[in-house]
Amino acid sequence: MYIGKVIGTVVATIKIDHLAKRKLLLVDMLDLEGNETGYYDIAVDVVQAGPGDTVLVIDEGNGARQVLDLDPGAIRAVIVGIVDEVSIAA
Amino acid sequence: MKFGRVVGTVVTTVKYDDLEGVKFLVVHVLDENQGPTGKFEIAADATEQAGPGELVFMVASREGSQALPEWFVPIDLAITGIVDEVEVETGPRRNEPTARWYSADEGD
Repeated sequence: MYIGKVIGTVVATIKIDHLAKRKLLLVDMLDLEGNETGYYDIAVDVVQAGPGDTVLVIDEGNGARQVLDLDPGAIRAVIVGIVDEVSIAA
Repeated sequence: MKFGRVVGTVVTTVKYDDLEGVKFLVVHVLDENQGPTGKFEIAADATEQAGPGELVFMVASREGSQALPEWFVPIDLAITGIVDEVEVETGPRRNEPTARWYSADEGD
């Protein structure tokens, strides 16, 4: 899992059935200081996240299929939480 | 999923049986701004509608094969959608923290 920032939305009319009616957001992974890293995913959102939100992202197929109730399911990246606070110990 | 730009097609005559009927495309893997990375891969087209020049997104690894109708097949990258539009956030919520963030050097 990683913490990312939602930096945009992706719209696609032609897509596989697993993605039908799902909201796709562009997320950029954050580093320990909260800065964007340039590593990104196009992720399915299940927590009503929106642009700018700091979010928790999984990038693993089995977890994604479980969350989305799909089998088979060709989805890996899913936004599963909106982050309120991050505290990095010294 | 990652962005990709379709740049070509691949034809194979001799292949593993389960790959029969699978359309392979050459894609340039793109960064988050849809800019070039210099990395090229071969992807199976699960939309069956992608073609050269198009901006697509792709799912990698085992999930790639699950995008195909016959999904227990040996591929590791599949095109799962054709991009109509990418709307990028550029306002203050992009540039300012949207979670309380306590780094080690701030002593908290």
